[in-house]
Amino acid sequence: MARPWRRAAARPAEETAVRPRTAVELVDVSHTYGERTVLRDVSLVLAEHRVGVIGSNGSGKSTFARLLNGLVVPTSGRVLVDGLDTAADLRAVRRRVGFVFQDPDAQIVHPTVAEDVAFGLHNQRVPAAERAERVAEVLARYGLAGHADHPAHLLSGGQKQLLAIAGVLVMRPARVVFDEPTTLLDLANRRRVARVIEELEQDVVVVTHDLDLLTGFDRVLVVEDGRVVADGAPGETVDWYVARMT
Amino acid sequence: MSTLALYSPVPSVLHRTPAGLKLAALAALSVLLFAVPQLPVASIALAAVVVLALAGARLTPRQLLAQLRPVWLWLAGLLVFHAIVTDLATGALAVIRLATLVLAAAVVTATSRVAELVAVIEWVCAPLRLLGVRPARIGLAIAMTLRFIPLIAERAERIREAQAARGATRPLFLSLVPLLVQVLQLAHTTAEALDARGADDEAPPRALWRRG
Amino acid sequence: MKTRDLAYVALFAAIVAVLGVIPPVAIPVIPVPITAQTLGVMLAGSVLGAKRGGLALLLFLAVVAVGAPVLSGGHGGLGVFVGPTAGYLYSWPIAAFVVGLLTQVFWRRFNLAYALIANVIGGIVVVYAVGIPFTSVYADVSLTTSFVGSLLFIPGDAVKALIAALVAVGVRRAYPVIELPARQPAAHR
Repeated sequence: MARPWRRAAARPAEETAVRPRTAVELVDVSHTYGERTVLRDVSLVLAEHRVGVIGSNGSGKSTFARLLNGLVVPTSGRVLVDGLDTAADLRAVRRRVGFVFQDPDAQIVHPTVAEDVAFGLHNQRVPAAERAERVAEVLARYGLAGHADHPAHLLSGGQKQLLAIAGVLVMRPARVVFDEPTTLLDLANRRRVARVIEELEQDVVVVTHDLDLLTGFDRVLVVEDGRVVADGAPGETVDWYVARMT
Repeated sequence: MSTLALYSPVPSVLHRTPAGLKLAALAALSVLLFAVPQLPVASIALAAVVVLALAGARLTPRQLLAQLRPVWLWLAGLLVFHAIVTDLATGALAVIRLATLVLAAAVVTATSRVAELVAVIEWVCAPLRLLGVRPARIGLAIAMTLRFIPLIAERAERIREAQAARGATRPLFLSLVPLLVQVLQLAHTTAEALDARGADDEAPPRALWRRG
Repeated sequence: MKTRDLAYVALFAAIVAVLGVIPPVAIPVIPVPITAQTLGVMLAGSVLGAKRGGLALLLFLAVVAVGAPVLSGGHGGLGVFVGPTAGYLYSWPIAAFVVGLLTQVFWRRFNLAYALIANVIGGIVVVYAVGIPFTSVYADVSLTTSFVGSLLFIPGDAVKALIAALVAVGVRRAYPVIELPARQPAAHR
């Protein structure tokens, strides 16, 4: 299989001495659903600020994303988030890694916008006063302040996705994983979400078919048939991926 | 949680009464009416409930009558049936008893906020902890149910349109299979999204005989 | 209970509510309109199995109790729990549980016939076994009268059991919730 380049940062985890303090590490990770293998022997370290993951449908990239915050625990191998094993320290991992899904409808369950944003803080037992303050702050940041008491299901598709993002960021995770965050959005809202991702201080991992989203990223992985087949700067990997697909 | 259509927003003494107390009174009333099947008792109870509704809960007579609309045909039929088959007194007792309970229940519904009722349900379900159920999740489950209702309706409409666009004339219920598969996947993703935000953070209570 | 199971339970509570919105169907010859809500009861048991199916209907009743107008015809609130036909309402969680239990028992050799048996026993026999005595006590009429009155609904319920059985067989093939492994792929549509 063509594997034209490999960056130093993508080396597997043996080099313990130079391992960055905050990073996600996959060690010999394989994952199967029943008889179907969706990831095979993936080993890498993600320490960059912004990492993109691309690949065709069914390539395993969605499972890859779910490994990073313990939504999926690998059938073999280990996933370490800042040194914490997702299989053993699930709750601590979830607090560090936020996750934004493709379909905003699946992420919003509470009747009003403010209640939905507060959900994660409830789970973390954040006191009511601080909760209200943090909810108000994050709603203001994403232009939803005027909608705090509105029924969440009446928001537009783009606003719903911003609400979903707000509901994750209010928990102040150190890192956010996005699983195809723009797939169901129109052009204007794609740009809006892209800008939100761009402005995040947190480390991000973005799984996407929307190649424009990856402009300015530090690193892009191409996943195919459960393996990482290319890994490097976005210019090179994205071009290589596009060339292979056409 | 927001309030629902059957709640009356006008404040009253009964609004300030704890929901648990009102529900207990409702239960006691239904036991009383069946334990003492006497026409005078039922009539006094009906009068008391009407007074309570108008003065205590500040409901309008119209709101009160609206509560009887779903059952009035049933009540009329029952009265006629008893008048012919048994006797009028039995019919009157059955009808008054029924109307009293329906109105009393309506008063509780009209004067209790959803959040209060959810809290009572959680309290009542507390013994289920022994089976590994977390009562605190009932509120979440109710919120999810209310959220899913418009989503399911929307997906059903989308499937119907897609089939109509392809000129499908097969019976509507066959669309139920694709619809159910779609919404089951939606529910699955919703659960993942909730877990990603720490929905399962609280350690489940230890079940006495099995983990839930 | 996992969050996923909680979501499935909430989903079927919502499905029963949505089926209540479908306008009652008037079938010629039968003077009583039938509503689709008991179809949801049967489906909850058929798709989710006994425990989750029963819980879905308990949750539905909780949603009715807190005042959501989700019963057929836009009814809701506590009144329906003390109304003349409340017994049928109370039977729903038990019915869904029994349908689910039978579905699980038949699971390995499940087909349309077994699905029909499960839905007729759980979705019709159980519902009537609870509803008829309740109405009899409540309206102070004899069991026979109550039974004869409920016969009007039998044809509609038979149609619903058949639909539920057909759907149960279809969903079992496409998305077998009852036998899902602990970690089932999510985003692989």
